[in-house]
Amino acid sequence: MNETSHVSSKFDEDLSRLRSMVLQMGGLVESQISDAIEAYNTGEIASVKSIVETDRKVNDLEKAIDDDCAHVLAKRQPAASDLRLVFGVSKIVTDLERAGDEAKKIAKGVRRIYEAGHMPIQYGVGVRHVADAALNMLRQALDAFARLDTSAAVDVIRADNEVDVEFKSILRQLITHMMEDPRTITTSMDIIWIARAIERIGDHAKNVGEHVIYIVEGRDIRHPPKEDVA
Amino acid sequence: MMPVEQAIENLTPQISIRNLNFYYGKGEPALKNINLDVFKGKVTAFIGPSGCGKSTLLRTINRMYDLYPGQRAEGELFVGGRNILDKGVDTIGLRAKVGMVFQKPTPFPMSIYDNIAFGVKMHEKLTRNQMDDRVEWALTKAALWDEVKEKLRQPGTGLSGGQQQRLCIARGVAVKPEVLLLDEPTSALDPISTMRIEELIYELKREFTIAIVTHNMQQAARVSDFTAYMYLGELVEFGKTDDIFIKPQDKRTEDYITGRMG
Repeated sequence: MNETSHVSSKFDEDLSRLRSMVLQMGGLVESQISDAIEAYNTGEIASVKSIVETDRKVNDLEKAIDDDCAHVLAKRQPAASDLRLVFGVSKIVTDLERAGDEAKKIAKGVRRIYEAGHMPIQYGVGVRHVADAALNMLRQALDAFARLDTSAAVDVIRADNEVDVEFKSILRQLITHMMEDPRTITTSMDIIWIARAIERIGDHAKNVGEHVIYIVEGRDIRHPPKEDVA
Repeated sequence: MMPVEQAIENLTPQISIRNLNFYYGKGEPALKNINLDVFKGKVTAFIGPSGCGKSTLLRTINRMYDLYPGQRAEGELFVGGRNILDKGVDTIGLRAKVGMVFQKPTPFPMSIYDNIAFGVKMHEKLTRNQMDDRVEWALTKAALWDEVKEKLRQPGTGLSGGQQQRLCIARGVAVKPEVLLLDEPTSALDPISTMRIEELIYELKREFTIAIVTHNMQQAARVSDFTAYMYLGELVEFGKTDDIFIKPQDKRTEDYITGRMG
């Protein structure tokens, strides 16, 4: 990535503003997710409302950043690393916005479960673990973007496998519970939706990692054949 | 420098430049050890800051520099397999094979028709009818025919700037060259005329090999298949235009095309 200043300092400002807005948006999404996990753990469903409200801010930022990207394209006709940055940013915000949506889904699922009664204790650990892993991936992905650090991005992409594996194991557990005791089906379904949302957050974090690699190296590593991942 | 996958795409070099140095007089060379192939039927753009040698390189390809005493080129420059830097080369014949269009339109002070016919007469004996056909053909190639067919006897200098430039391209095309050299052909034109010339370049590359010098990076990105970035008389990077503008290999190229050069 090119850290030399442009002849036009306004261009530098435009690009650094884009980057800081992405990080701001990422920070909001992170807080949505960690609040949702907190609500899951504690049953403090009052925070659900604020998670939904934050989502509006996230959506507004998505639109503002995309608009800024369009302006940079129209005014500056960026090339090479600048073009990749603008293009990558536009894709990253899509993934961040969707990760925010998943946080909202988790929050709403948590509210349904606690409003219906209480969280069955046996489901806690697995979900909490995978949620922490997914949140950590997103943090790392944003960090990789902030520092344009491809090796951190590769770590994020690798970490997605673990999240996927854990999601599947939660699914197996829940299916067993449902078969053993049909009265748990409603709650189990909600937990499946939550776990699914967490797994999707991991996917979005992975995508952000891929976009970072594209921005820095110009390599598009999405959808690789199995054997040569990263 | 980036390897070009020549074999895969079946590219034939129309111009091969080997170890080329160029001197405007005594002292430092203005071109330093240039090695480059310009491929047949492709558009190759030369970009770089003022004074980097891109126009000098273009002027070497048709030995325009011969007109100025004291200027000389060393090395080898093959056009269609023949080293045109050899002493015995017929430069008039060479310039018919390698046409050139300049930054400012340079119509001759004669009619539109004669602007085209003038060069053709120097190289070929055509009948009246054949010449009429050739003039129409060249003007059609240059996308100017429809605009001027009713006024072929009027002076070329009466046309608009964009039309004059297309007239110059028609004049270059009329002698059926192998190569067209365009030295900043649109820098004096408005955006619509510029687009017409770019469209024309796209059409012309079916029949001619084109080398274009331009200061407009987006133009290079739009019209060319290959791009050469030059700096201080050296060829810094040469590769497919698609690669150069997304992922250049050399930081100097990157800095130039992203506007980072002070």
